[in-house]
Amino acid sequence: MVVRSKVAGIDSPEALAHALTSAFYLADDGLATAAYLGLALGKPLLLEGAPGVGKTEAAKALAGVLGRRLMRLQCYEGIDAAAALYEWNYPRQMLAIRQAGDKPVDIYRDEFLIERPMLQVLRSPDSTVLLLDEIDRSDHEFEALLLEFLSDFTISIPERGTLSARERPVVILTSNRTRELHEALRRRCVYHFIGYPAPEREAQIIMLRASSVAEDTARAVVAAVGRLRREPLTKPPGIAEAVDWAEAATVLAKGGATWPDAFKRSIGVAIKDEEDNVHIAPRLDAIITGAAA
Amino acid sequence: MMDPRLPAAAAPFVAFTTLLRANGFAVAPEQTTAFLAAITLLGPRSLDHIRRAAHATLAPPPERREAFDALFDAHFLGTVALGREAAEPNAEHVRVQEDRPGGFEPPASDDSNEAGQAATAAEALSMRRFGPADEVDTLRRFQRALPERLPQRRGYRRIAARRGPDLDLRRVMRGAVRNDGEIFRLPRLNRRKRRRPILLVIDVSGSMKARTDAHLRFAHALVRAADRIEVFTIGTRLTRVTRALQLKNREQALATASGLVSDWDGGTRIGDALQAFLAVPRFAGTARGAVVLILSDGLERGDPKAMTDAVKRLAARAWHLSWMTPLAADPGYRPETAALKSILPHLDTLADAGSTERLCLHVLNLAQARAA
Repeated sequence: MVVRSKVAGIDSPEALAHALTSAFYLADDGLATAAYLGLALGKPLLLEGAPGVGKTEAAKALAGVLGRRLMRLQCYEGIDAAAALYEWNYPRQMLAIRQAGDKPVDIYRDEFLIERPMLQVLRSPDSTVLLLDEIDRSDHEFEALLLEFLSDFTISIPERGTLSARERPVVILTSNRTRELHEALRRRCVYHFIGYPAPEREAQIIMLRASSVAEDTARAVVAAVGRLRREPLTKPPGIAEAVDWAEAATVLAKGGATWPDAFKRSIGVAIKDEEDNVHIAPRLDAIITGAAA
Repeated sequence: MMDPRLPAAAAPFVAFTTLLRANGFAVAPEQTTAFLAAITLLGPRSLDHIRRAAHATLAPPPERREAFDALFDAHFLGTVALGREAAEPNAEHVRVQEDRPGGFEPPASDDSNEAGQAATAAEALSMRRFGPADEVDTLRRFQRALPERLPQRRGYRRIAARRGPDLDLRRVMRGAVRNDGEIFRLPRLNRRKRRRPILLVIDVSGSMKARTDAHLRFAHALVRAADRIEVFTIGTRLTRVTRALQLKNREQALATASGLVSDWDGGTRIGDALQAFLAVPRFAGTARGAVVLILSDGLERGDPKAMTDAVKRLAARAWHLSWMTPLAADPGYRPETAALKSILPHLDTLADAGSTERLCLHVLNLAQARAA
């Protein structure tokens, strides 16, 4: 195992947490440790957690800290090598065959190869970060396709042979846990589960991400969102929703609305499901006044 | 045996991974290596660093984090893990039980895992006797027939096919290379069929007592035959038993599953249990586009409105929702209770669960029933 104790000037989880803060991302100790270990041990980082807890944001912040381009690959059912790894440029191959006439022609040269995100990252590992977003949306076939890439950072192209990375690229996978990932995939990665943050930290996150929001507003939103998460909702509000709610309420209050009213009218950015709305409506007043107190 | 080349200081960490395996956590050798490398890298400044390194590299699933931490404390701090089970919560809420917090993963080969843990645990949990299985043959035939007859949908993955809407250009070009640039055949791609997932909910309350064992045996056959399936039991609680039922040996699987369920033959709060199911997004997601089977007599003791509401939401997610009740075995059966009457418009089928054979037939005929 190749161990690099220092990556891009970062030599400890604390240093990474500090750097992430300056990229407007507050990482807790667990995330900072996992992310640092991923970088140092050259392993992919697997982030799991409910929607809206900041998995994708963490990847963006990490790419920012490393000063690299983020290559994002959104996963979906049926995503295959042609969308994730590489594709041949068939019209050009056809043209080359036609033009060559009697002469032999190699239609599997680089000029006919279209690079997709994973191959691009493999070819320039020092300037990119690969984000495989919502891996749980893909199917088992794609997970199997990933195994070779994630353990050895190689891609096998039948017509060309195996391409390997000059150095280990930084790879981040996220999953909403809508299904369980295969063990083979999990064990190749450094793992971190992002939970909802403690109220104190969530208030800090809101103020960091939405600078117009006052501290009192942030605290009230955090308290209200905390209560909402304890309700049996289909879609509990994540951190992203908390930030939006604080911002929306601030905008309405600047327009002259009173505080509890501003929170209530902007509930649509926090609760985004009609059934959840119906469920919460009778208690909404109590939750908001309770949180603002 | 310890590798003699490892420094002595590494021994407790390697021993910890062995302890984890004995307690049913899947730890691969490369994860042990990563764990040791992580500790070297972080410099074991404090136990917290070691704990965080263990979380990151050994990757315990979040719902078993507590059990993991208890083992960690027991191993590195020498504390005895007490009170791992949370105190009985407020009876107003239906409690959701994951597959046993301190439990075990189904071993890859079901005869024994390294520690023989599954076998001993199964023995210890034989709190319930499962009667002689006279329907063994029916279930065996069902298991064989099921994969072919499960409802299917068109997936989004494309594979080589005789007919299809798209050209397989890659194979076209390969053919052209072989034939000096001439194209003789146009291979095609078509969308692959996928089997629909199954969600099975078994009522284990007192009123279903006579059929519960048979239902669990049916569930085991279903889990063995289908690749994407989730099984939950409901009574006064909601319990996920999918993992336990994945064990190949039926007696072992049923004993393990029954060890998980703590609300046997109790009251029925179907509505609340289904609401609890829908409130966990990870569970609720398994109903999406799925064949949903609910084995219950629908004799709800709680609020019928909660039940109606939950069934309505479940129906909106499911591809097909069947409510299967043993009471329907009687030809003169009409749903009489308020709860059952009010869910009727949301069901695709109200079917007979009087015998295992009826259950099997219903599932095998789902694909045609829905198409008709």
